[in-house]
Amino acid sequence: MRQIIFFFIRNKNFLLFALLFIISIAFTIRSHSFHKSKYVSSANFFSGGIYSASSSVSDYFNLNAENKKLLEENIRLRKLLHNVSDVSTETVLDSTIIPSQYSYIAAKVINNNYGRTKNNITIKKGEKDSIKLDLGVITSKGIVGIINSVSTNYATVQSILNTNSQINAKLKKTDHFGFLVWDTKDANVAQLIQIPRVAPVIVGDTIVTGGKSTIFPKGILIGTVKDFTITDDDSYLINVALFNDMTNLNHVYIIENKNAGEILQLEEAINDAE
Amino acid sequence: MQNKEIFINIIKFLILVLFQVLLFNKINFLGYVNPYIYLIFILTFPLDGNKTLLIFLSFLLGLSVDIFSDTGGVHAAASVFVGYIRPMFLKFSFGVSYEYNMVKLNKTPMGERLTYITAIVLIHHFVLFSLEIFSISNILLTLKSTLFSGIFSILLILCTLILFGRKNN
Repeated sequence: MRQIIFFFIRNKNFLLFALLFIISIAFTIRSHSFHKSKYVSSANFFSGGIYSASSSVSDYFNLNAENKKLLEENIRLRKLLHNVSDVSTETVLDSTIIPSQYSYIAAKVINNNYGRTKNNITIKKGEKDSIKLDLGVITSKGIVGIINSVSTNYATVQSILNTNSQINAKLKKTDHFGFLVWDTKDANVAQLIQIPRVAPVIVGDTIVTGGKSTIFPKGILIGTVKDFTITDDDSYLINVALFNDMTNLNHVYIIENKNAGEILQLEEAINDAE
Repeated sequence: MQNKEIFINIIKFLILVLFQVLLFNKINFLGYVNPYIYLIFILTFPLDGNKTLLIFLSFLLGLSVDIFSDTGGVHAAASVFVGYIRPMFLKFSFGVSYEYNMVKLNKTPMGERLTYITAIVLIHHFVLFSLEIFSISNILLTLKSTLFSGIFSILLILCTLILFGRKNN
C-alpha cells in the first residue's frame, strides 16, 4: 500500500499530465462527432456573453455594409411583391394565417471562424427563442450551416466550411443531386461531389439546396460552378464559388421545418422495419 | 511564489485568453494563419514554479481557449503537453544553469531564448494541428499550418516578450 502511494507521489506530474491529456483527447473526439459537441462549446453563458459584448462594439464598423445588404434584400422582396397580382394581396383572409411549412427566425452572428478545418459560428439566439438542434441557417444570399449545439441564450452553427459538413445540393436546372463538402483550401469555394456524369454541367451554373433532407427547403442558393473535373468513379467534382461571403456574416436566418418531426418519424419507422 | 507573483500570473492568464479569443483568433492571415500567443503564459511561468501546478494551469488555459473557439479539446491537449515537457526544453535550451535556478528568461542570450521559444511553439502547434485536422492523409496541411502559424506565433511572442519584458525585471 505504501509503495503504491509512493509511486503516485513520485509520478504525480506524469499521472496528472496523462489524465488531463486523455480528458482533452476525449473532448476532441467528442467534438468530431456531430451531436455530441455539447460539453465544450462557445454557446454557453460565459463565452457567449463575452462574444456578444465584443460584437456589440465591432458591429459599428460594418454598419454601412450591413445596411446595404438589407437594402438589397428589401429591393428584392419588393420586386417579388410587385410581381404578385394585386388581387391576391387584397383578398387576404383575416383571422386566418395560411399555414406554411417553414418558419424563419432572425439571429445575429457574434463569433465567426473560417480559418480552420472545422469552423463554427456562434449566434445570439438559443432555446429561449425556440432554436433547436439540426435547424438550417441561411442569409439572404445563401446557406451558412446547421445548428449543432444550443444553450439558453446562444447557439453554435456548424458552418459549411467544416470538414464534417455534408449538405444535400443539386443543379438548379436539372434535378441531379450530390453533396456539398469543403476541402479546407479556400473560404469562398466549396466542393460538390457525387453528381453523376450524365448531368449537363457548365461553368457558371447555379447550385441550390436539394430539399432531400428536413433541414433546408428546396432551392436555397448556394453558389455557381467555378470549374469541374471528373473523378475515377464517374462522377463530377465541382468547385462551387459560394454566393455568401462566409468571412463577413452578421445577420442570419434560421429555418425551422415544422414537418421535420413527422418526416423523421416516418423515415425512422421504415428504417426500423428493415 | 509570492503573492505578487501569483497576482501577476492570474492577470496574465486572463489577459492572454481574452486577447487570444477576441483578437488573435480573428486575424486569419492568408485565410488560415493565426498566431497563438497564449503560449506566453506557459513560456514565462516562473522557472522555479511548481511543475504540477503548471500542468494543471496549462490545461485550464487551453480549455478556456477551446471553449471560446469551439474546438473540442485540441488547445487543452497541446497546452498540457508542452506544460509537461517544458522542464526538458528548459534544460535543453539553457543548459545545466537552469537547474540551479540561475536563469531569468529576459536576461538570457537571444539565441538560447529563441531555441526555447521555437521548440515549445513548434511542438505545441504540431500537436494542436494534428488533433484539429485529425487525419493522416492531410499530413501536409498539418505541417504547413504548423510552420506558418508557428513562424507567426514565434515572431509575436518574441515581440511581446521584448515589449513587456523590461518592466518585470
